[in-house]
Amino acid sequence: MSAHEQSNHGHHDDGHAHGTFGSYMIGFGLSVILTAIPFWLVMTGYFANPQTTAMVIMAFAVVQIVVHMIYFLHMNTRSEGGWTMMALIFTLVLVVITLAGSMWVMYHLNHNMMPQMQGMSAHDMSQMP
Amino acid sequence: MASAPTIDPAFLDKDGKPLFHLEHEPHHPEGSSTMLGFWMYLMSDCLIFACLFATYAVLGGNYAAGPGPKDLFDLSLVALNTAMLLFSSITYGFAMLAVEKNRIGATQGWLAITGLFGLAFLGIELYEFAHLIHEGATPMRSGFLSAFFALVGTHGLHVTFGIIWLATLMVQVAKKGLIPANQRRLMCLSMFWHFLDVIWIGVFTFVYLMGMLR
Amino acid sequence: MSPHPASENSGIWKLIFGRLDWSAIPIHEPILIGTFIAVAIGGVAVLGLVTKYRLWGMLWRDWFTTVDHKRIGIMYMILGLIMFVRGFADAVMMRLQQAMAFNGSEGYLNAHHYDQIFTAHGVIMIFFVAMPMITGIMNYMVPLQIGARDVSFPFLNNFSFWMTTAGAVIVMMSLFVGEFARTGWLAYPPLSGIAYSPGVGVDYYIWGLQIAGIGTLLSGVNLIATIVKMRAPGMSMMKLPIFVWTSLCANVLIVAAFPVLTAVLALLSLDRYVGTAFFTNDMGGNPMMYVNLIWIWGHPEVYILILPLFGVFSEVTSTFSNKRLFGYSSMVYATVVIAILSYLVWLHHFFTMGSGASVNSFFGITTMVISIPTGAKLFNWLFTMYRGRIRFELPMMWTVAFMLTFVVGGMTGVLLAVPPADFVLHNSLFLIAHFHNVIIGGVLFGLFAAINYWWPKAFGFKLDRKWGVYSFWLWVVGFWFAFMPLYILGLMGVTRRMRVFDDPSLQIWFEIAALGAVMIAAGIACMFIQFGVSIKNRDKLRDTTGDPWNGRTLEWATSSPPPDYNFAFTPVIHDGDAWADMKKRGYQRPTSGFEPIHMPSNTGTGVIIAGLSIAFSVGMIWYMWWLAGLSFVGILAVAIGHTFNYKRDFHIPRDVVERTEGERTRQLAMQG
Repeated sequence: MSAHEQSNHGHHDDGHAHGTFGSYMIGFGLSVILTAIPFWLVMTGYFANPQTTAMVIMAFAVVQIVVHMIYFLHMNTRSEGGWTMMALIFTLVLVVITLAGSMWVMYHLNHNMMPQMQGMSAHDMSQMP
Repeated sequence: MASAPTIDPAFLDKDGKPLFHLEHEPHHPEGSSTMLGFWMYLMSDCLIFACLFATYAVLGGNYAAGPGPKDLFDLSLVALNTAMLLFSSITYGFAMLAVEKNRIGATQGWLAITGLFGLAFLGIELYEFAHLIHEGATPMRSGFLSAFFALVGTHGLHVTFGIIWLATLMVQVAKKGLIPANQRRLMCLSMFWHFLDVIWIGVFTFVYLMGMLR
Repeated sequence: MSPHPASENSGIWKLIFGRLDWSAIPIHEPILIGTFIAVAIGGVAVLGLVTKYRLWGMLWRDWFTTVDHKRIGIMYMILGLIMFVRGFADAVMMRLQQAMAFNGSEGYLNAHHYDQIFTAHGVIMIFFVAMPMITGIMNYMVPLQIGARDVSFPFLNNFSFWMTTAGAVIVMMSLFVGEFARTGWLAYPPLSGIAYSPGVGVDYYIWGLQIAGIGTLLSGVNLIATIVKMRAPGMSMMKLPIFVWTSLCANVLIVAAFPVLTAVLALLSLDRYVGTAFFTNDMGGNPMMYVNLIWIWGHPEVYILILPLFGVFSEVTSTFSNKRLFGYSSMVYATVVIAILSYLVWLHHFFTMGSGASVNSFFGITTMVISIPTGAKLFNWLFTMYRGRIRFELPMMWTVAFMLTFVVGGMTGVLLAVPPADFVLHNSLFLIAHFHNVIIGGVLFGLFAAINYWWPKAFGFKLDRKWGVYSFWLWVVGFWFAFMPLYILGLMGVTRRMRVFDDPSLQIWFEIAALGAVMIAAGIACMFIQFGVSIKNRDKLRDTTGDPWNGRTLEWATSSPPPDYNFAFTPVIHDGDAWADMKKRGYQRPTSGFEPIHMPSNTGTGVIIAGLSIAFSVGMIWYMWWLAGLSFVGILAVAIGHTFNYKRDFHIPRDVVERTEGERTRQLAMQG
């Protein structure tokens, strides 16, 4: 009944998918590749434009996160009747709101309230009055 | 089992079962809510990291005339560290495969290897921190360094707790075997461990690699 | 506290007691000494009575260590009520001070004390009154309404309660040892940074909230899992009682918002303890980031408070109108939409900080959009009442009062959502009037409706109507007297948190507000008298049916108070208003065929970890590092030790179930 811990009956029918040796190895292989390429791109300075590099490595990160979700965390739309997937999507929306919202708000606040900081590569706010 | 309840036949459904209650206690599998509950916890943890990432995004350029990422980060060290974490992920996966085959020895072995990779990760991270602090790049030096240490340090703290948890579970598996309760706990730790991996992808991309591009 | 010049500040003293010394005891504050004496006498009396009647064993076994969601719910309510008295005492002190401090008078509170009072009032009312009370009601009612025997994680439930209590204890300690924060309830840096608040006040604030926050977060996880996994057979999501739906959304918000509070307070404490530069003025810190982050938590927080009570009002309206709730599915969607939108409006708390036209307009519009689903809810309630046979019992009276009051609060909220208007009204008493209008009119009135509605379920007898009506009118009228003057003062430009005033023409408004506060005080007194009278006359007010209001949802299907196992048989649901459906179809209660029932066992781990958390916090607040270190290790050890206990359940034997149910059969037969 009241769930949680406890004794010996009952077994794995939590609706979670489980990996196989093959799926773990695929996940591992993919994540090694997806890690190595961004490191290589940055360490060798493959793209002359850092902005291009940034976009590319961010794309790699997103793909790698998806790979980990599928092959290591066994995410799918079926486990727990879809509730885990729903929770994940909701969380991702909130993460995006928190990150993008904070950056947007704070950029404007900095822009309006701390004009002397604009365009400086090394911001030194200790010089503020 | 118990004798059938005496109920007016009008309130039985067409199979002769009572309409408004179950005759017998439903068999709820033990811990059937645990995975979902733990996943909720992980999602909340994810939002803690979201805040730390947001803080880093906002303060990450405030060097206060101190050192910046290019002066401080050593990407080959970070690559080594990432490798440790990736290896620990796959070895934890092997541990879970051993759990499914109900092989205690193999499980314990893979868990121990996972723990060692985790320790190696922590060791390298601590070395990096010590090196930074030695160079004067302390968390107090600038907003950038505060945000850096908070984000990477919080991830490191999580790994530390993961290792403590892993050691506890190894003792429990040794004592009780792979009973369902322990299997469930191993499953939770597996989610926790792989979740930390996902966070680390964000850290090395967003903090280290992009830091070198500034 | 600042280091004491006396010789006791030697090395060894510092090592043991950190920065705690005799100057931390406020012997120079007669108000605090008086309070302390009263609390001490009261405390000794309570402890003495408990000892005299040998209640310690009972308290420990049946209450402190319980994992029963019903008992935990009641303990949450008691915690909330006790803290409510403290929070309200702060409110009365502020009203008196502001009514007095004119024409050169300094009032009776010095600045140091006054600043602590307005901070403590806000912190206590939100975190230790509203939160425990809504958690208590959700804890009690959600499992009953979904036909479950307990929550998903019963131990965690007990632990959450004790962590919340530990937070309350830490905040209360600051009254007599040291000081509380003087920063306002959200402790904005740089004022709350170590440079401007070097004392222990902000540290009390941080650790009180962090410890309580753990409890809140875990109880949120727990209730979500309960609602998702433990519903009775047949109860699809669209057949959930509406209170369960609103609770689900509130708990999703808890799990999604409280981590943000945890993170931002952790960063503030790093600034204070380690000297990092997150929210400092120099070294590349940015105090505005704190304001930004804390409101990402803070705005969802107000919806965490109000959503469950929207559920309460829905249940009450439909029960006392003898009708199915109008527009059930629109109510559900409105709740979900409010929950999501609550994440997109946080900047309206700091329009004036200077993020500019584009940002301000975005957040102004999202804020105004929230009033649409909220308005839809209001119409649903009105249409539920329309052509209903309304019974004006106490819960329904509170609900009607809510509708009238909350609409005014909502309208002033939309007004404040217009950025140019906000530039005039920001931080004025208009804002204070607005949020008290929605929090008192919505949250508190809702809690009173819930208490009057569900008291018979929890204790088996109704609350006295006469004293309830007195309390109701004193509260409602007192509320208007107390806060309408603040709207007027706010429009005239009076800012919040002022201790003394120069303009004598303002005094009359503060005096009217003080009168309102006195009426509310009388209303609170009547409420406690109502409880006392009802307990005294409980035999006359007794309800043996378990369904005193002709209710519509499952909690009314079992006895009052419900047995430990809630339902002898797991109910099967065919309709949204499950109990109304069962009654309509002539449901017969089964009287035989009982089986043993599987239940979780009690545990003292929650109490112990919460106690160690208090010790840890005291260590951190007073810089007694040895204490902090030891208790942290202790917490880890107890927590790990707890996981080695695999035997955490038992069965209620069949004959006990048979006896309990037989007793109920006799009672129902006597009823006729």
